[in-house]
Amino acid sequence: MVGLLLAGTIAGREQAALPRLGLPESHDVVGYLARMGFFEAARGIYDFDAPARRASSGGRSDVLLEITSVSSNADVHEVVDRVQGQAGAILTSKLGYPGTAAVQFSVMLSELCQNIIEHADAPGWVAAQAYNWAKRLGRFVVVISVMDVGRGFRGSLAGEHSLRYGDRWGDSTALEAAFLHGLTRFPDSGRGQGIQQIRKQVRRWDGAITIRSGTARIGQVPEWDDAPPLVDGLAPLPGAQVSIILPAKATDAFGTGGA
Amino acid sequence: MTDVPRDPIAIDVGEVLGEVLSDVKRSVTSLYSSLVTRPTGRAVRSAIQLQVEGAGTVSLSLIDFSEVSIIDFSCADEVVAKLLQEYLDDGPPDAYFVFSGVHEPHRDQIETVLTRQALAAVVETHPGVFGLLGKHSAGEARVWGVLEEHGAIDAEEVDALLPGAEDREALGGLVRRRLAFRSPASGRVHALSRLVHHLL
Repeated sequence: MVGLLLAGTIAGREQAALPRLGLPESHDVVGYLARMGFFEAARGIYDFDAPARRASSGGRSDVLLEITSVSSNADVHEVVDRVQGQAGAILTSKLGYPGTAAVQFSVMLSELCQNIIEHADAPGWVAAQAYNWAKRLGRFVVVISVMDVGRGFRGSLAGEHSLRYGDRWGDSTALEAAFLHGLTRFPDSGRGQGIQQIRKQVRRWDGAITIRSGTARIGQVPEWDDAPPLVDGLAPLPGAQVSIILPAKATDAFGTGGA
Repeated sequence: MTDVPRDPIAIDVGEVLGEVLSDVKRSVTSLYSSLVTRPTGRAVRSAIQLQVEGAGTVSLSLIDFSEVSIIDFSCADEVVAKLLQEYLDDGPPDAYFVFSGVHEPHRDQIETVLTRQALAAVVETHPGVFGLLGKHSAGEARVWGVLEEHGAIDAEEVDALLPGAEDREALGGLVRRRLAFRSPASGRVHALSRLVHHLL
Protein backbone atom coordinates (compact mmCIF):
# COMPACT_ATOMS: atom_id res chain seq x y z
CA MET A 1 0.00 0.00 0.00
CA VAL A 2 2.77 2.47 0.81
CA GLY A 3 4.36 1.35 -2.47
CA LEU A 4 1.17 2.38 -4.27
CA LEU A 5 1.40 5.80 -2.66
CA LEU A 6 5.00 6.14 -3.81
CA ALA A 7 4.10 5.04 -7.35
CA GLY A 8 1.20 7.51 -7.45
CA THR A 9 3.41 10.36 -6.22
CA ILE A 10 6.04 9.67 -8.87
CA ALA A 11 3.41 9.28 -11.62
CA GLY A 12 1.73 12.52 -10.54
CA ARG A 13 4.99 14.42 -10.98
CA GLU A 14 5.09 13.49 -14.66
CA GLN A 15 1.56 14.44 -15.65
CA ALA A 16 -0.76 17.39 -15.25
CA ALA A 17 -3.59 15.55 -13.48
CA LEU A 18 -3.59 13.09 -10.61
CA PRO A 19 -3.19 9.48 -11.74
CA ARG A 20 -6.42 7.51 -11.74
CA LEU A 21 -6.69 4.58 -9.30
CA GLY A 22 -9.23 1.82 -9.93
CA LEU A 23 -10.26 0.11 -6.71
CA PRO A 24 -10.66 -3.66 -6.49
CA GLU A 25 -14.17 -5.14 -6.47
CA SER A 26 -13.56 -7.29 -3.42
CA HIS A 27 -15.18 -5.83 -0.32
CA ASP A 28 -12.60 -7.60 1.81
CA VAL A 29 -9.73 -5.87 0.03
CA VAL A 30 -11.45 -2.48 0.10
CA GLY A 31 -12.20 -2.97 3.78
CA TYR A 32 -8.55 -3.84 4.41
CA LEU A 33 -7.40 -0.72 2.54
CA ALA A 34 -9.83 1.33 4.61
CA ARG A 35 -8.66 -0.14 7.92
CA MET A 36 -5.09 0.71 7.01
CA GLY A 37 -6.07 4.32 6.33
CA PHE A 38 -5.12 3.99 2.66
CA PHE A 39 -7.89 6.20 1.32
CA GLU A 40 -7.04 9.12 3.61
CA ALA A 41 -3.37 8.81 2.65
CA ALA A 42 -4.19 8.51 -1.08
CA ARG A 43 -6.19 11.73 -1.17
CA GLY A 44 -4.20 14.26 -3.18
CA ILE A 45 -2.04 11.50 -4.70
CA TYR A 46 -4.66 9.56 -6.69
CA ASP A 47 -7.94 10.37 -8.31
CA PHE A 48 -10.34 7.64 -7.16
CA ASP A 49 -13.97 7.08 -6.26
CA ALA A 50 -14.20 6.84 -2.51
CA PRO A 51 -15.70 3.50 -1.50
CA ALA A 52 -19.12 3.30 0.10
CA ARG A 53 -18.91 3.69 3.86
CA ARG A 54 -20.26 0.17 4.37
CA ALA A 55 -17.35 -1.33 2.46
CA SER A 56 -14.81 0.60 4.40
CA SER A 57 -16.01 -0.35 7.85
CA GLY A 58 -13.82 -3.06 9.25
CA GLY A 59 -14.28 -5.61 11.96
CA ARG A 60 -11.50 -6.72 14.28
CA SER A 61 -8.31 -5.01 13.26
CA ASP A 62 -4.70 -6.14 13.49
CA VAL A 63 -3.44 -2.72 12.53
CA LEU A 64 -0.63 -1.44 14.74
CA LEU A 65 -0.24 1.75 12.79
CA GLU A 66 -2.41 2.98 9.94
CA ILE A 67 -0.61 4.45 6.94
CA THR A 68 0.78 7.69 8.27
CA SER A 69 2.41 10.42 6.28
CA VAL A 70 5.76 11.57 7.68
CA SER A 71 7.25 14.88 6.71
CA SER A 72 8.00 16.68 9.96
CA ASN A 73 9.22 16.29 13.50
CA ALA A 74 5.64 16.55 14.79
CA ASP A 75 4.62 13.61 12.55
CA VAL A 76 7.22 11.41 14.25
CA HIS A 77 5.82 12.34 17.65
CA GLU A 78 2.36 11.48 16.44
CA VAL A 79 3.49 8.08 15.12
CA VAL A 80 5.15 7.24 18.44
CA ASP A 81 2.11 8.35 20.44
CA ARG A 82 -0.28 6.33 18.30
CA VAL A 83 1.87 3.23 18.38
CA GLN A 84 2.19 3.32 22.15
CA GLY A 85 -1.57 3.20 22.35
CA GLN A 86 -2.07 0.39 19.85
CA ALA A 87 1.01 -1.77 19.58
CA GLY A 88 1.41 -3.26 23.03
CA ALA A 89 -1.64 -5.53 22.94
CA ILE A 90 -0.89 -6.92 19.46
CA LEU A 91 2.82 -7.47 20.14
CA THR A 92 1.91 -9.40 23.28
CA SER A 93 -1.11 -11.34 22.05
CA LYS A 94 -0.03 -12.13 18.47
CA LEU A 95 3.74 -12.33 18.78
CA GLY A 96 4.15 -13.38 22.39
CA TYR A 97 6.59 -10.53 23.05
CA PRO A 98 6.96 -9.16 26.59
CA GLY A 99 4.90 -6.17 27.68
CA THR A 100 7.92 -3.88 27.38
CA ALA A 101 8.25 -4.64 23.64
CA ALA A 102 5.98 -1.69 22.80
CA VAL A 103 8.76 0.64 23.96
CA GLN A 104 11.41 -0.92 21.73
CA PHE A 105 8.91 -1.06 18.89
CA SER A 106 8.15 2.67 19.30
CA VAL A 107 11.86 3.53 19.46
CA MET A 108 12.39 1.59 16.23
CA LEU A 109 9.57 3.44 14.48
CA SER A 110 10.88 6.76 15.71
CA GLU A 111 14.33 6.09 14.23
CA LEU A 112 12.83 4.83 10.96
CA CYS A 113 10.66 7.92 10.56
CA GLN A 114 13.54 10.26 11.39
CA ASN A 115 15.51 8.66 8.57
CA ILE A 116 12.87 9.94 6.19
CA ILE A 117 13.07 13.50 7.46
CA GLU A 118 16.83 13.73 7.90
CA HIS A 119 18.12 11.71 4.98
CA ALA A 120 15.42 11.67 2.31
CA ASP A 121 14.61 15.38 2.42
CA ALA A 122 11.18 14.42 1.14
CA PRO A 123 7.93 13.06 2.54
CA GLY A 124 7.26 9.42 3.17
CA TRP A 125 4.85 6.99 4.79
CA VAL A 126 4.94 4.37 7.50
CA ALA A 127 2.52 1.57 8.38
CA ALA A 128 2.53 -1.54 10.56
CA GLN A 129 0.17 -4.48 10.54
CA ALA A 130 -0.01 -8.00 11.98
CA TYR A 131 -0.60 -10.92 9.60
CA ASN A 132 -1.12 -14.61 10.07
CA TRP A 133 1.62 -16.21 7.98
CA ALA A 134 0.25 -19.67 8.65
CA LYS A 135 1.51 -21.13 5.36
CA ARG A 136 4.72 -19.17 4.93
CA LEU A 137 6.03 -19.42 8.47
CA GLY A 138 3.43 -21.08 10.64
CA ARG A 139 3.32 -18.01 12.85
CA PHE A 140 1.93 -14.52 13.14
CA VAL A 141 4.20 -11.71 12.00
CA VAL A 142 4.15 -7.94 12.25
CA VAL A 143 5.24 -6.14 9.10
CA ILE A 144 6.53 -2.57 9.23
CA SER A 145 6.76 -0.75 5.94
CA VAL A 146 8.44 2.61 5.44
CA MET A 147 8.86 4.36 2.08
CA ASP A 148 9.89 7.79 0.96
CA VAL A 149 10.13 9.65 -2.31
CA GLY A 150 13.45 11.27 -1.47
CA ARG A 151 16.94 11.15 -2.91
CA GLY A 152 17.76 7.61 -1.80
CA PHE A 153 20.78 6.34 0.11
CA ARG A 154 23.23 7.01 -2.72
CA GLY A 155 22.01 10.60 -3.02
CA SER A 156 22.11 11.17 0.73
CA LEU A 157 25.66 9.87 1.20
CA ALA A 158 27.27 10.94 -2.10
CA GLY A 159 28.57 14.34 -0.92
CA GLU A 160 30.45 12.93 2.06
CA HIS A 161 31.46 9.45 1.01
CA SER A 162 31.41 8.84 -2.77
CA LEU A 163 35.03 9.93 -3.36
CA ARG A 164 36.52 7.30 -1.10
CA TYR A 165 34.64 4.58 -3.00
CA GLY A 166 35.73 5.84 -6.43
CA ASP A 167 34.38 3.75 -9.30
CA ARG A 168 32.70 1.34 -6.91
CA TRP A 169 30.26 4.02 -5.70
CA GLY A 170 26.66 3.11 -6.46
CA ASP A 171 23.38 2.09 -4.86
CA SER A 172 24.69 -1.13 -3.37
CA THR A 173 27.87 0.42 -1.92
CA ALA A 174 25.81 3.29 -0.47
CA LEU A 175 23.46 0.78 1.17
CA GLU A 176 26.40 -1.22 2.52
CA ALA A 177 27.97 1.97 3.89
CA ALA A 178 24.82 2.93 5.80
CA PHE A 179 23.48 -0.49 6.70
CA LEU A 180 26.67 -2.33 7.60
CA HIS A 181 29.06 0.46 8.60
CA GLY A 182 26.70 3.12 10.00
CA LEU A 183 27.99 5.87 7.71
CA THR A 184 25.91 9.00 7.46
CA ARG A 185 26.25 12.35 5.73
CA PHE A 186 26.60 14.11 9.10
CA PRO A 187 30.12 14.50 10.53
CA ASP A 188 28.78 14.24 14.11
CA SER A 189 30.04 11.01 15.72
CA GLY A 190 26.69 10.55 17.49
CA ARG A 191 24.96 10.05 14.16
CA GLY A 192 24.49 6.89 12.14
CA GLN A 193 23.38 4.67 14.97
CA GLY A 194 19.66 4.59 14.10
CA ILE A 195 19.88 1.83 11.52
CA GLN A 196 22.48 -0.06 13.56
CA GLN A 197 20.22 -0.10 16.60
CA ILE A 198 17.19 -1.08 14.52
CA ARG A 199 19.18 -4.02 13.11
CA LYS A 200 20.19 -5.04 16.62
CA GLN A 201 16.59 -4.99 17.87
CA VAL A 202 15.30 -6.86 14.80
CA ARG A 203 17.96 -9.53 15.39
CA ARG A 204 16.89 -9.86 19.04
CA TRP A 205 13.36 -10.60 17.84
CA ASP A 206 14.66 -13.00 15.14
CA GLY A 207 13.19 -10.71 12.50
CA ALA A 208 14.19 -9.67 8.99
CA ILE A 209 15.00 -6.19 7.72
CA THR A 210 15.62 -5.12 4.14
CA ILE A 211 16.31 -1.72 2.63
CA ARG A 212 15.76 -1.10 -1.06
CA SER A 213 16.99 2.06 -2.71
CA GLY A 214 17.89 2.79 -6.32
CA THR A 215 18.70 -0.49 -8.00
CA ALA A 216 19.88 -2.36 -4.91
CA ARG A 217 18.49 -4.06 -1.85
CA ILE A 218 20.35 -5.05 1.30
CA GLY A 219 19.09 -7.09 4.18
CA GLN A 220 19.73 -8.84 7.45
CA VAL A 221 18.38 -12.30 6.90
CA PRO A 222 17.29 -14.60 9.73
CA GLU A 223 17.48 -18.39 9.52
CA TRP A 224 13.81 -18.74 8.59
CA ASP A 225 14.24 -16.60 5.47
CA ASP A 226 16.21 -17.49 2.34
CA ALA A 227 16.45 -14.05 0.73
CA PRO A 228 19.94 -13.05 -0.45
CA PRO A 229 21.53 -10.40 1.79
CA LEU A 230 22.47 -8.12 -1.12
CA VAL A 231 20.87 -7.79 -4.55
CA ASP A 232 21.82 -5.33 -7.27
CA GLY A 233 20.41 -4.65 -10.72
CA LEU A 234 16.79 -4.31 -9.61
CA ALA A 235 14.35 -1.95 -11.30
CA PRO A 236 15.19 1.56 -10.04
CA LEU A 237 13.23 2.65 -6.99
CA PRO A 238 13.16 6.36 -6.24
CA GLY A 239 13.71 7.14 -2.57
CA ALA A 240 13.96 4.21 -0.20
CA GLN A 241 11.88 1.35 1.12
CA VAL A 242 12.50 -0.25 4.50
CA SER A 243 10.67 -3.48 5.31
CA ILE A 244 10.80 -5.18 8.68
CA ILE A 245 9.20 -8.52 9.49
CA LEU A 246 8.93 -9.48 13.14
CA PRO A 247 7.79 -13.06 13.71
CA ALA A 248 5.94 -14.42 16.73
CA LYS A 249 8.16 -16.13 19.26
CA ALA A 250 8.69 -19.71 18.17
CA THR A 251 7.15 -22.25 20.51
CA ASP A 252 8.73 -25.58 21.32
CA ALA A 253 7.00 -28.97 21.51
CA PHE A 254 5.68 -28.07 24.95
CA GLY A 255 4.10 -24.87 23.71
CA THR A 256 6.46 -22.59 25.58
CA GLY A 257 8.48 -19.80 24.03
CA GLY A 258 11.62 -21.19 22.49
CA ALA A 259 13.05 -18.31 20.48
CA MET B 1 34.55 28.30 49.88
CA THR B 2 32.18 25.38 50.39
CA ASP B 3 33.41 21.83 50.10
CA VAL B 4 30.66 20.76 47.68
CA PRO B 5 28.76 22.44 44.83
CA ARG B 6 26.18 24.90 46.19
CA ASP B 7 22.50 24.02 45.93
CA PRO B 8 22.34 21.10 43.51
CA ILE B 9 19.47 21.59 41.09
CA ALA B 10 16.76 19.13 40.14
CA ILE B 11 15.60 19.14 36.55
CA ASP B 12 12.49 17.16 35.60
CA VAL B 13 12.98 16.13 31.97
CA GLY B 14 9.28 15.27 31.66
CA GLU B 15 8.41 18.84 32.58
CA VAL B 16 10.98 20.32 30.18
CA LEU B 17 9.72 17.97 27.47
CA GLY B 18 6.13 19.06 28.05
CA GLU B 19 7.13 22.68 27.41
CA VAL B 20 9.11 21.74 24.30
CA LEU B 21 6.30 19.55 22.91
CA SER B 22 3.72 22.26 23.35
CA ASP B 23 5.77 24.15 20.76
CA VAL B 24 6.43 21.16 18.51
CA LYS B 25 2.92 19.80 18.40
CA ARG B 26 1.07 23.05 18.97
CA SER B 27 -2.57 22.07 19.38
CA VAL B 28 -1.99 18.32 19.57
CA THR B 29 -2.40 17.06 23.09
CA SER B 30 -0.27 14.05 23.94
CA LEU B 31 -1.00 11.44 26.54
CA TYR B 32 2.59 10.31 26.42
CA SER B 33 5.94 11.85 27.30
CA SER B 34 7.95 10.60 24.38
CA LEU B 35 11.47 11.96 24.18
CA VAL B 36 11.96 11.32 20.47
CA THR B 37 13.56 13.05 17.46
CA ARG B 38 16.78 15.06 17.36
CA PRO B 39 15.18 18.51 17.20
CA THR B 40 13.16 17.71 20.33
CA GLY B 41 16.28 16.36 22.04
CA ARG B 42 18.25 19.48 21.12
CA ALA B 43 15.51 21.73 22.48
CA VAL B 44 15.36 19.76 25.74
CA ARG B 45 19.16 19.90 26.10
CA SER B 46 19.18 23.66 25.48
CA ALA B 47 16.56 24.16 28.19
CA ILE B 48 18.59 22.04 30.62
CA GLN B 49 21.78 23.95 29.78
CA LEU B 50 20.05 27.25 30.51
CA GLN B 51 19.30 26.05 34.02
CA VAL B 52 22.76 24.57 34.51
CA GLU B 53 24.53 27.72 33.39
CA GLY B 54 22.37 29.81 35.65
CA ALA B 55 23.52 27.73 38.60
CA GLY B 56 27.02 29.18 38.79
CA THR B 57 30.54 28.19 37.79
CA VAL B 58 30.40 24.89 39.70
CA SER B 59 27.09 23.07 39.54
CA LEU B 60 25.58 19.69 40.19
CA SER B 61 22.31 18.72 38.52
CA LEU B 62 19.96 15.83 39.08
CA ILE B 63 18.36 15.10 35.71
CA ASP B 64 15.18 13.12 36.31
CA PHE B 65 13.77 10.85 33.58
CA SER B 66 11.06 9.21 35.66
CA GLU B 67 8.21 10.99 33.85
CA VAL B 68 9.56 10.11 30.38
CA SER B 69 7.79 7.13 28.82
CA ILE B 70 10.11 6.63 25.84
CA ILE B 71 13.52 7.89 24.85
CA ASP B 72 14.91 7.01 21.42
CA PHE B 73 18.59 6.79 20.47
CA SER B 74 18.61 10.22 18.84
CA CYS B 75 17.32 11.88 21.99
CA ALA B 76 19.57 9.83 24.25
CA ASP B 77 22.48 11.17 22.19
CA GLU B 78 21.23 14.76 22.27
CA VAL B 79 20.05 14.93 25.88
CA VAL B 80 22.57 12.73 27.69
CA ALA B 81 25.73 12.22 25.59
CA LYS B 82 25.97 15.73 24.16
CA LEU B 83 25.08 17.31 27.52
CA LEU B 84 27.98 15.48 29.19
CA GLN B 85 30.36 16.26 26.33
CA GLU B 86 29.54 19.94 26.58
CA TYR B 87 31.03 20.19 30.07
CA LEU B 88 33.97 17.79 29.91
CA ASP B 89 36.49 20.49 29.04
CA ASP B 90 38.60 22.01 31.83
CA GLY B 91 37.18 25.50 31.50
CA PRO B 92 34.17 26.83 33.43
CA PRO B 93 31.36 26.19 34.01
CA ASP B 94 32.30 23.06 35.92
CA ALA B 95 29.11 21.00 35.69
CA TYR B 96 28.37 17.58 37.21
CA PHE B 97 25.33 15.43 36.50
CA VAL B 98 23.43 12.55 38.05
CA PHE B 99 20.65 10.95 36.02
CA SER B 100 17.70 9.52 37.92
CA GLY B 101 14.62 7.57 36.85
CA VAL B 102 16.67 5.69 34.24
CA HIS B 103 14.40 2.66 34.17
CA GLU B 104 14.78 -0.45 32.05
CA PRO B 105 13.05 0.96 28.92
CA HIS B 106 15.55 3.86 28.81
CA ARG B 107 18.65 2.02 29.80
CA ASP B 108 19.71 0.44 26.51
CA GLN B 109 19.38 3.67 24.54
CA ILE B 110 21.36 5.70 27.08
CA GLU B 111 24.05 3.06 27.56
CA THR B 112 24.45 2.67 23.80
CA VAL B 113 25.05 6.36 23.10
CA LEU B 114 27.38 6.76 26.08
CA THR B 115 29.47 3.77 25.08
CA ARG B 116 29.63 4.93 21.47
CA GLN B 117 31.02 8.30 22.56
CA ALA B 118 33.33 6.75 25.22
CA LEU B 119 31.37 8.52 27.97
CA ALA B 120 30.05 7.35 31.32
CA ALA B 121 27.43 8.73 33.70
CA VAL B 122 26.21 8.19 37.24
CA VAL B 123 22.62 6.95 37.05
CA GLU B 124 19.94 5.92 39.49
CA THR B 125 18.57 2.71 38.01
CA HIS B 126 16.17 1.81 40.82
CA PRO B 127 15.05 3.99 43.73
CA GLY B 128 18.17 4.69 45.77
CA VAL B 129 20.36 2.38 43.66
CA PHE B 130 23.10 4.02 41.64
CA GLY B 131 25.45 2.71 39.02
CA LEU B 132 27.91 3.72 36.34
CA LEU B 133 26.48 3.51 32.83
CA GLY B 134 28.52 3.74 29.65
CA LYS B 135 32.18 3.17 28.97
CA HIS B 136 34.42 2.71 31.99
CA SER B 137 37.27 0.47 33.02
CA ALA B 138 37.03 -2.30 35.59
CA GLY B 139 39.32 -0.19 37.81
CA GLU B 140 37.04 2.84 37.56
CA ALA B 141 34.04 0.69 38.44
CA ARG B 142 35.83 -0.77 41.46
CA VAL B 143 37.01 2.59 42.77
CA TRP B 144 33.63 4.17 42.09
CA GLY B 145 32.11 1.37 44.18
CA VAL B 146 34.48 2.15 47.08
CA LEU B 147 33.63 5.84 46.84
CA GLU B 148 29.92 5.09 46.66
CA GLU B 149 30.18 2.92 49.76
CA HIS B 150 32.00 5.59 51.77
CA GLY B 151 30.14 8.59 50.38
CA ALA B 152 33.35 10.62 50.38
CA ILE B 153 37.08 9.99 50.68
CA ASP B 154 39.30 12.49 52.44
CA ALA B 155 42.67 13.27 50.90
CA GLU B 156 44.40 11.56 53.86
CA GLU B 157 42.28 8.42 53.48
CA VAL B 158 43.09 7.80 49.84
CA ASP B 159 46.23 5.69 50.41
CA ALA B 160 44.51 3.51 52.99
CA LEU B 161 41.32 2.93 51.01
CA LEU B 162 42.99 2.72 47.63
CA PRO B 163 46.44 1.26 48.25
CA GLY B 164 47.15 0.40 44.60
CA ALA B 165 48.59 3.07 42.30
CA GLU B 166 46.14 1.96 39.60
CA ASP B 167 43.20 2.57 41.90
CA ARG B 168 44.43 6.03 42.82
CA GLU B 169 44.84 6.74 39.13
CA ALA B 170 41.30 5.50 38.53
CA LEU B 171 40.01 7.89 41.21
CA GLY B 172 41.68 10.75 39.38
CA GLY B 173 40.05 9.50 36.18
CA LEU B 174 36.61 9.52 37.81
CA VAL B 175 37.13 13.14 38.86
CA ARG B 176 38.36 14.15 35.39
CA ARG B 177 35.37 12.44 33.78
CA ARG B 178 32.99 14.29 36.17
CA LEU B 179 31.89 11.01 37.77
CA ALA B 180 33.04 12.17 41.20
CA PHE B 181 33.57 15.60 42.70
CA ARG B 182 36.88 16.66 44.26
CA SER B 183 36.67 19.69 46.50
CA PRO B 184 39.23 22.28 45.44
CA ALA B 185 39.31 23.46 49.07
CA SER B 186 39.86 20.22 50.99
CA GLY B 187 40.80 17.71 48.31
CA ARG B 188 37.97 15.51 49.58
CA VAL B 189 36.38 13.39 46.83
CA HIS B 190 32.58 13.05 47.00
CA ALA B 191 30.26 10.44 45.47
CA LEU B 192 27.81 12.39 43.32
CA SER B 193 24.88 10.24 44.47
CA ARG B 194 25.36 11.46 48.06
CA LEU B 195 25.40 15.08 47.01
CA VAL B 196 21.96 14.82 45.36
CA HIS B 197 20.46 12.44 47.89
CA HIS B 198 18.24 15.10 49.46
CA LEU B 199 16.68 15.84 46.04
CA LEU B 200 15.47 12.28 45.46
